[in-house]
Amino acid sequence: MAISAPRIYEGTRIPSPVPTIIEVPEELRRSADILEINFGPNHPSMHGVLRLVLQLDGETVVGLKAIIGYLHTGFEKSMEQKTWWKAIPYAPRMDYVSFQANELAFVMAIEKLLGIDVPPKAIWMRTLLAELNRVHSHLVWLGTSALELGAISPFWYAFRERDRVLDLFELVAGARMHTRYFQVGGLAEDIPRGFFPQCREFCEVMPKAVDEYEAMLTENPIWQARTKGVGLLSAADAIALGQSGPVARGSGIDWDLRKAEPYLAYPDVDFDVPVRENGDVYDRYKVHMDEMRESVRIVEQTLEGMPPGPWIADDRKVVLPPREELHTSMESLIHHFKIVTEGFTVPEGEVYVAVESPRGEFGCYLCSDGGPRPWRVRFRAPSFVALQATATCMGQALVADMVAVVGSLDTVMGEVDR
Amino acid sequence: MYESVPGVIETREAHGETTLVVDPARLIEACLHLRDRLDFNFLSDLSSVDYLGWGEEPVAGYWGNATGRDLNAPGTAALPRTPDPKPKRFAVNYHLLRVAPGAGDARRVRVQIWLDDGEAAPSVIQVWPTADWHEREVWDMMGIPFEGHPNLVRILMEDDWEGHPLRKDYPIGGEPVRFSDEV
Repeated sequence: MAISAPRIYEGTRIPSPVPTIIEVPEELRRSADILEINFGPNHPSMHGVLRLVLQLDGETVVGLKAIIGYLHTGFEKSMEQKTWWKAIPYAPRMDYVSFQANELAFVMAIEKLLGIDVPPKAIWMRTLLAELNRVHSHLVWLGTSALELGAISPFWYAFRERDRVLDLFELVAGARMHTRYFQVGGLAEDIPRGFFPQCREFCEVMPKAVDEYEAMLTENPIWQARTKGVGLLSAADAIALGQSGPVARGSGIDWDLRKAEPYLAYPDVDFDVPVRENGDVYDRYKVHMDEMRESVRIVEQTLEGMPPGPWIADDRKVVLPPREELHTSMESLIHHFKIVTEGFTVPEGEVYVAVESPRGEFGCYLCSDGGPRPWRVRFRAPSFVALQATATCMGQALVADMVAVVGSLDTVMGEVDR
Repeated sequence: MYESVPGVIETREAHGETTLVVDPARLIEACLHLRDRLDFNFLSDLSSVDYLGWGEEPVAGYWGNATGRDLNAPGTAALPRTPDPKPKRFAVNYHLLRVAPGAGDARRVRVQIWLDDGEAAPSVIQVWPTADWHEREVWDMMGIPFEGHPNLVRILMEDDWEGHPLRKDYPIGGEPVRFSDEV
């Protein structure tokens, strides 16, 4: 079955007046038999607790409205009640698939307000873990969204490698998910012995595993028929809708914060940013696959280049003193007590820090009044923004394609609803 | 480069970030100028802050300065200090970004408007369609209305929810609890 490459549309497809709602045209409402159905919030092929209200003309989606908020937990409000360092574990629990990217953005924003220097070892280790996390997130995405389209095998293969990544996280931080390994000023603990060999082993396995997934899907005629030319999004529409990450790169926008605004150790490692032109589900899939390969390349380089030295800044007003000093130094004991009970204080001011999370630009806006608790914490969630593109991507798609479209936008509802 | 932006009241530089405080009445004009003349084609984030109670109590913290903290300088730690007063209760922040190769270092700018309770902000949905859900979220969470938004309804909370949870006067645990023996 030969499927020609899809052509991206001319002009804009963003619905008007509301950019996120497709309204049924009045003449169609009169002439056709419109069926309104409720899809979600709990449905086996729905990506998390998302609810879509659809108007169908036969099998074609002619009206669409997304309803979110089923997973709203008030993270931002809760974090205002916690001291800065006790608020850190909240961040990874929003996007439970790319937890370390969230943690990283929050910690980096606090560090920016504090003006604290992070030692190079911590910077490199953060880079490494952020990339492992990207692999993890893309694997979960691949497994679940292929599953939604009826391909069950990639799910098992992807979760096999995902487990290896989680083993690495467990080795480093003691927890498989929500590691809370990034501490203000560096890392919570030194890199454990045995991490490097196990991580190298993973780097050898992973590229072959990506080849395996691609062997199952890339040339598969069913997969191609379900994804090529489906869910088109042009570059101009993607920018107008604030799309970032793989969704933007699948639409031909060569944009990656790791290159555009280099942070961590990204300027010192060599990697490419995969960009595809067609803006359909297939291209988003290809971008995800290529990004996994690039991430493994970055992980390999960070393993080689990992600098020696301390893993956390030596600033006793912010960083907990080393454990062993507590038994011998009164000063350290006091610092430990003060930081744990009162928390450290952060100078007055506001910052916005963005990192390239697996889903795109993950931003953290912080406002401090100079006290031990954040005045305001705000997260720019890429999933929340990506979901807004659903209506534009749908065009006049079939209801079965809708599942492919929503899946390809790679949203995690925990992050959408926060 | 921001002198030509219409409606700018104040320009601030802190932590390497530029903030343009803009007159709310001229926000759309300023945003269109930033988008079309200065290439800020991408609205990263739109969020709000409630400053109710800000600076009422001195905060025991250190000052900090632009380069970071100097632990050896006297008076940088643990002395109470009142944060700088804010002009109005609410601030709405628009974080803009230039998505274009070779845009240089000045990629981001924060546009800020100040509003009192009940004052409406002009909707920028016509400038950046991505503002749609962001503005709904600000309305839902902070209760700041957006004039000209075609679909300003709650987004995260239920439609019949009372109050705006992220306001400082909204208590944590403010959700009414219903017990099984209640009729």
